[in-house]
Amino acid sequence: MNESEAAAYRLKSSDTTPLPNLDLQKKMRFSENVIQGFLFFCGALSILTTIGIIYVLLREAIPFFLQPQVTLVEFFTGTVWQPQINKFGILPLLNATIMSTAIAMMVALPLGLCVAIYLSEYATPRARNSIKPILEILAGIPTVVYGFFALTFMTPILRSIFGIDTVQIYNAASAGIVMGILILPLIASMTEDALFAVPRSLREAAYGLGATRLEVAVRIVVPAAISGIAAAVILGISRAIGETMIVAIAMGAGPNLSFNPFEGAETITGHIVRISGGDLSYDSIDYNSLFALALVLFVITFILNIISRRIVRKFREVYE
Amino acid sequence: MSLAQTNIPHRNLLGKTWRIIFLASTIVGIIVLTLLLVNILNQSYGYVAVEFKVDPASLAVNGISFEQLSSDELIRILGNNLTPNRYRTLDKAQPIAERSTEDLLNLVYQEVVEPSVVNTWLLWDSLFNTAQIQAEQAENYPTAYLFLKPWINLNFITSPQSSDALSAGIRTAILGSLWIITITFLFAFPTGVGAAVYLEEYASDNKLNRFIQTNINNLAGVPSIIYGMLGLTVFVRALAPITSGSMFGITDPTNANGRTILSAGLTLALLILPVIIINAQEAIRAVPNSLRDASYGLGATKWQTTWHHVLPNSLSGILTGTILSISRAFGETAPLVVIGASTYITFDPDNIFSKFTTLPIQIYQWSVRPQAEFGNLAAAAIIALLLLLITINAIAILFRNRYSRRIS
Repeated sequence: MNESEAAAYRLKSSDTTPLPNLDLQKKMRFSENVIQGFLFFCGALSILTTIGIIYVLLREAIPFFLQPQVTLVEFFTGTVWQPQINKFGILPLLNATIMSTAIAMMVALPLGLCVAIYLSEYATPRARNSIKPILEILAGIPTVVYGFFALTFMTPILRSIFGIDTVQIYNAASAGIVMGILILPLIASMTEDALFAVPRSLREAAYGLGATRLEVAVRIVVPAAISGIAAAVILGISRAIGETMIVAIAMGAGPNLSFNPFEGAETITGHIVRISGGDLSYDSIDYNSLFALALVLFVITFILNIISRRIVRKFREVYE
Repeated sequence: MSLAQTNIPHRNLLGKTWRIIFLASTIVGIIVLTLLLVNILNQSYGYVAVEFKVDPASLAVNGISFEQLSSDELIRILGNNLTPNRYRTLDKAQPIAERSTEDLLNLVYQEVVEPSVVNTWLLWDSLFNTAQIQAEQAENYPTAYLFLKPWINLNFITSPQSSDALSAGIRTAILGSLWIITITFLFAFPTGVGAAVYLEEYASDNKLNRFIQTNINNLAGVPSIIYGMLGLTVFVRALAPITSGSMFGITDPTNANGRTILSAGLTLALLILPVIIINAQEAIRAVPNSLRDASYGLGATKWQTTWHHVLPNSLSGILTGTILSISRAFGETAPLVVIGASTYITFDPDNIFSKFTTLPIQIYQWSVRPQAEFGNLAAAAIIALLLLLITINAIAILFRNRYSRRIS
């Protein structure tokens, strides 16, 4: 007699109702399956979103490239973007995007690196706890506010330094600098994470050999965390390329192929937001051209994000 | 003497210099934040020179200024000063005799006095160079009336949008923002938490689930303007019968289109969904496994464990992450411009199929106007926006403190 039979026997002796058949196998529970199905749907929604983005961009961009006025070669090598006269060359827009991004990185990279080194290697816990929230506030301010700041504060300052004649009201420098400030918290916090992940033993070894704090930071910690820093920089670039409101407000309206940072120009994002904000009839060539631009933007930022993520993953493998 | 000893002073000096540089860079962030706020405050209060078509003093009856007159006298003023045509148009819109005193006062102000801003000054100058401003006004605009104006005031917050800078307000914009944020929250919160629960509690480590995870991480980095293009094509155009409300007979199908609060809310929901999922995943991951094991040990099913143990214990983290994402959506401008926010709306949105404008869009439109007074309006609207964001974040902190206390 095994245990369950014994239990059943004991029950039987005092209670006359028959014992229900004990089934210890996993039950199919209908409601559990429904819930799991719903949860899976929530997760799969992200895939739908991605498919949606790619489908929408391609569906509207392909008719644009099929237009007789447009060729793929001209789109990527043309130096004039003027939809009114059927000139669709992306270079002026791309050039403005690259220029504003480069200026932003010139501000954000050195500052962000210095802030990260200070927070991770020098700051006392108390200083860190009071500085990090300030960086978080900077990161949380809406970009439209930064745009207003660029136009009403940074531009007048640039004009008073370099002269009103050299600096136009709308210019790439002002937008780029303010964009750098916007990206600074992102780069600083990602870099700090990377520096923080460098094992303490490396630092102790360097101190033991008589290195100063600066030498430890610059020659040991930063090189050890270089892949994490690279990931931060690439993500920062991707963010700057996709940034819209600062360039829409402060950089000017009108494509302009110029390498002068004090001239106005229009980035890819700035162009999309200006044209779609006006009266635009659906299914016109102008309308479809916006999707072609968005497709270029999407591909660039997507590749940059993937590279950044790859680097981070590789870097984590080294130290875990 | 070894080499190391000879260059020690040099190395120490270098260390000290760079320490100062590192500290200075860190302080730059604080300085910029201060400058940003000071710059905005500077533009939100200051002297304004206003010119009137009809001097308000001349409208006074028996020494009582027109602001204190009775309805009958206001109607008389309107009759005397307006062209018969204009008077008839206004009367047709709403009989003038039946209007309230407040309404009539506004009419007199807008139609008879007709103020227009000729110049504005910053707060700094208004406080410290008052004499110079007065001299400038006397020289350039001798007929103008000079006064100190707080651009952000109760009137600004409660009045609807207007093309006249002196009476323009942000009420429609604030209401639009709040409506949209509500839709965004209602859609993004359940799906975001659902996706996070799926990935953390249910998903086995297979190719599909890893792909979902990677995909969510990638979506978090897609520029917001791309979501605007997605929303424009899917919600505004393809789903127009639903998002315009014409399918439900709520709006008139002849002039309804998909550029509604519902479309905007759903677009922003897709935008912040990845961020909500990632935050919620972190919160769920922080729940110790012992809790789950104890629940399973007592015979609870997976969903019972999730619902009664995992979710309550991660709720504070999930809510904090969600509210922070919501505040990001609140300040988002570009995607809403792309899906076609209306530029000029003077009526309150009253359902999810209303046309909309939002606070950030209002700021954008005012900042690109060349006239100085619209810069002042933009600054005032920015203060309102930042105050609202602070409120939202304060709620997040409150939630966190309240719920984490209960759990521990």
